[in-house]
Amino acid sequence: MDANAALVDFLLGLGDDRLVLGHRLSEWCGHAPILEEDIALTNIALDLIGQANLFLSLAGDLEGKGRDADALAYFRIDREFRNHPLVELPKGDFAFTIMRQFLFDAFGYHLLQALGESGHEELRGIAGKSVKETAYHLRHSAEWVVRLGDGTDESHGRAQRALGEAWRWTGALFVPTPAEAALDESGVAPNLAGLEFVWRASVDEVMLNSTLELPEADPPAGKGYRRGDHTEHLGTLLAEMQSLARAHPGATW
Amino acid sequence: MTQGDHPVGDTQWPLWEVFTQSAPGKPHEHAGSVHAPDAELALQNARDVYTRRGEAVSLWVVPADAITASSPSDAGPFFEPGNDKPYRHPQFYKVPSGVKVF
Repeated sequence: MDANAALVDFLLGLGDDRLVLGHRLSEWCGHAPILEEDIALTNIALDLIGQANLFLSLAGDLEGKGRDADALAYFRIDREFRNHPLVELPKGDFAFTIMRQFLFDAFGYHLLQALGESGHEELRGIAGKSVKETAYHLRHSAEWVVRLGDGTDESHGRAQRALGEAWRWTGALFVPTPAEAALDESGVAPNLAGLEFVWRASVDEVMLNSTLELPEADPPAGKGYRRGDHTEHLGTLLAEMQSLARAHPGATW
Repeated sequence: MTQGDHPVGDTQWPLWEVFTQSAPGKPHEHAGSVHAPDAELALQNARDVYTRRGEAVSLWVVPADAITASSPSDAGPFFEPGNDKPYRHPQFYKVPSGVKVF
């Protein structure tokens, strides 16, 4: 894999994580437990889709095959998506949505902060812009994790169950793909082992405040799913997300 | 979530009044209200509802029940006595040209 192909693969991963999670969050529109939270979740969804647009546009430019962000978002099939399985899992109840969001926000925040020092100028620029949004997303989801965990018996039970469900998918976040390993070598992307260390510190701090307990086993890194592997859920998500663009190619509004 | 004191039948969280400042040095002005279980989430909800299009540089949230307001029946005794006392307005002075009159 040459350096450009590695960078394109990495950018697709960054873009796809945000596109898919943004779509999952958008499913709460009109359904969140309270109006203010409905607005907050859809706001975060829009931020994520905006970030996806930036990463996918750059991926398309560097790929050089004439594909823009829309072509990449709407005209690839599920097996071509490079997102982590964590972000494609169904939205579940509010506790699962918040827990998955927190685990991803903490990952995204530390990753974007590290990419702010990337050796690649455009990537550095996108990361610098996105990290401010993500700092807010992390604040929102972390505050909610604490309130659900340290709330009522029911909210604690649901949050603990959500943590158990989401946790096993987080191991794959820190297993470098061949592209990530190559970009770590060349100073474009951060070392994922170092990232896991700061991510885990953030997670531990919030879990302590929330009275929730992490599952005893570490996430099964290196076993099971990796970035780019998919569950059965991605296909149905894409069927909905891509249906309009595929029914009316080139449509504008 | 615990619920604070608010009207019977209102199943929502307590109400918070939101004040936004549009630029440094300007006053914080009332923008509206949000429901939230506590101050931190009130601040976040206010941010999401009232500032996401760049309307503010600073936010205040205040528990709505912390505000003491005059009631409509106070309007007579409170405000009408001022209506027939024009000498309380500084309007009998000549204003130098160049001074903006409000």
